[in-house]
Amino acid sequence: MGWLSYNTAIVLSGTSLLGAVSGLVGSFAVLRRRALTGDALAHAAFPGLCIAFLVMQRRHLPGLLLGAFISGVFGVVLISGLRRSTRIKEDAAIGIVLSVFYGGGIVLLSIIEQQTTIGSKAGLKSYILGAAAGMVRSDVMLIGSICVVCTLLVLLLYKEFKLVSFDPGFAEVQGWPVLAIDLGLMTMVALTVVIGLPAVGAVMMAAMLIIPAAAARFWTNRLSLMLTLSAIFGTLTGALGTLATTRFSTLPAGPTIILVGAFLFLCSMLFAPARGLIASWRRMREFRAVVVRQRVLAELFHRPDQTFEKLLKRRSWSGQKLQTALHALVDAERVVKRDLKYSLTDGGTEAAKRVVRGIELWKLFVAENPQLTANFTDLDVENIDEVLPPEVVEQLEVMRSSASAGSVA
Amino acid sequence: MSQSPQQTGAVLDVHDMTVAYRRKPVLWDIDLIIDEPGLIGIVGPNGAGKSTLIKAILGLVPMASGRVSVFGGTIRENRKLIGYVPQRESVDWDFPVSAFDAVLMGTYGALGWFKRPSRKQRDWAMECLAKVGMQDLAKRQIGQLSGGQQQRVFLARALAQKARLYFMDEPMAGVDATTERVIFELLRELRDQGCTVLVVHHDLRTVASYFDNVVLLNMRLVASGPVATTFNEDNLRKTYGGRLAILDDAGEAVRAQERSS
Repeated sequence: MGWLSYNTAIVLSGTSLLGAVSGLVGSFAVLRRRALTGDALAHAAFPGLCIAFLVMQRRHLPGLLLGAFISGVFGVVLISGLRRSTRIKEDAAIGIVLSVFYGGGIVLLSIIEQQTTIGSKAGLKSYILGAAAGMVRSDVMLIGSICVVCTLLVLLLYKEFKLVSFDPGFAEVQGWPVLAIDLGLMTMVALTVVIGLPAVGAVMMAAMLIIPAAAARFWTNRLSLMLTLSAIFGTLTGALGTLATTRFSTLPAGPTIILVGAFLFLCSMLFAPARGLIASWRRMREFRAVVVRQRVLAELFHRPDQTFEKLLKRRSWSGQKLQTALHALVDAERVVKRDLKYSLTDGGTEAAKRVVRGIELWKLFVAENPQLTANFTDLDVENIDEVLPPEVVEQLEVMRSSASAGSVA
Repeated sequence: MSQSPQQTGAVLDVHDMTVAYRRKPVLWDIDLIIDEPGLIGIVGPNGAGKSTLIKAILGLVPMASGRVSVFGGTIRENRKLIGYVPQRESVDWDFPVSAFDAVLMGTYGALGWFKRPSRKQRDWAMECLAKVGMQDLAKRQIGQLSGGQQQRVFLARALAQKARLYFMDEPMAGVDATTERVIFELLRELRDQGCTVLVVHHDLRTVASYFDNVVLLNMRLVASGPVATTFNEDNLRKTYGGRLAILDDAGEAVRAQERSS
């Protein structure tokens, strides 16, 4: 494979597959608000691993992972037990279980290290921060099979997982065994966490579940697409992180992989067109500009032929904002400038009438129904006919014309 | 009143229901029988256990004691006959599904395990969205809808369940006039089709015009029966106590009802 040694290829496919399954399963964990449970699971798995080692007295991977799985699940059960039977809230319960189990694991680890009788004690430490480089073919097979099982389960139970993640109460009423489906989801999370421990480590594993899912959420409002994107982001995170660690062999695997994931997350957060920060900042700016343009139109409608200075004084807008709005309106042929004075074109007058009508009708509506204003996501002055039912608009029109008749008289 | 609901198959029979959170009882010895289809309003002050009553009937919160039957069977046996509109605050509206997806979930119960919704379910979900006047917003992510529109999505999802008995938890809380009208017309339509709808309702002024029967609740069942005979000042005083502002409202409602009848 030229630049890619056999060893690197093994590690690369292992971490990529791990990333894919983490992204897929992690999406449900994040949407179900169980992201921190994944973190607790990863930390709580660590002492189980140590106990398994003490029992077996050797480094037998499947045995170690079984121990990790059992203590991880036990930790999660303990969290829900604490939450249910005491007044401790979930976040506090997670905090307690996570640190106590992890602390126990560290103590066990130091006991193991003091036992000189055990031969291959070295290596357990790598489960804290991960050592992807140590991956062998059978590890990849294990990760691959978990990946296949989880993907099949999600394909098969997509509808059920979606429903239970969105509205468990409704699912219960429909007769779904919500607890069992939830348990299925959590088991997938637990399996993913446990197979990820050798490569990424207990401390970093939760990020592997959360980051790809959180990044994917910025790009789409559709669950199926989010799952796909999250799996792709996870794969990229695992692969690029591994390449970085093999290139610079001093880097620890887990933290490096997570930093690559964080970079993907940052890019998504900033640049995603659907929900990214820059896109929403742009939309907000555009909306504000629209509001200023509407105000200028309304102003020129009521008082035509104004100079820039006069317009500036009429309202508390900045000179730059007004300038931008006027430029845009002139470009759109809504406003003409003659002898330093601005006035409306025919098209501009039409637009201004719509705006003025919208503003006045909304003001009347809000005055009549103050309790309802919180229910409207957009009080856009130009779409009042789409938002309100026709008979309400008609009623408002009547009120408006009688009000203006009154002001004339 | 029927003696044995198992034989007659009353729409809903709640017997001796007590619900307790930790050590504080929320509902005490509720006995409630609904024999005939109709629109039923559940009314009572905040913390009276209105939502809890619905949730306990549906098995969403455990009962300390009591028995519930619908159409002569257990809730579990008759799940497919039951529709549910939870409180709007009960879900995360940022969840990545569209209005259409959310309504489609109403068909999942009848579909059963593993099966994906087909053309038939999709058409039906769209029809339900149209019934609440939301067909144009089908593709919108649910978080981008207004409060009233979200409430209508929940209602359309319940319609998609094709149930005979609906439980609705404050479907008209904080909604706009359009939505309230849409909801009320749908409720009437459901009643005319022979369905029973139990609605947790907070606005005493509209009780008389919206519902056939009323259930007055305050930890215990104060009264239940036809609005004309049950929704009176005496029962309201027993339900709300001496809270004057509310009683004024209620009194006005009762008088309005007397005028209209």
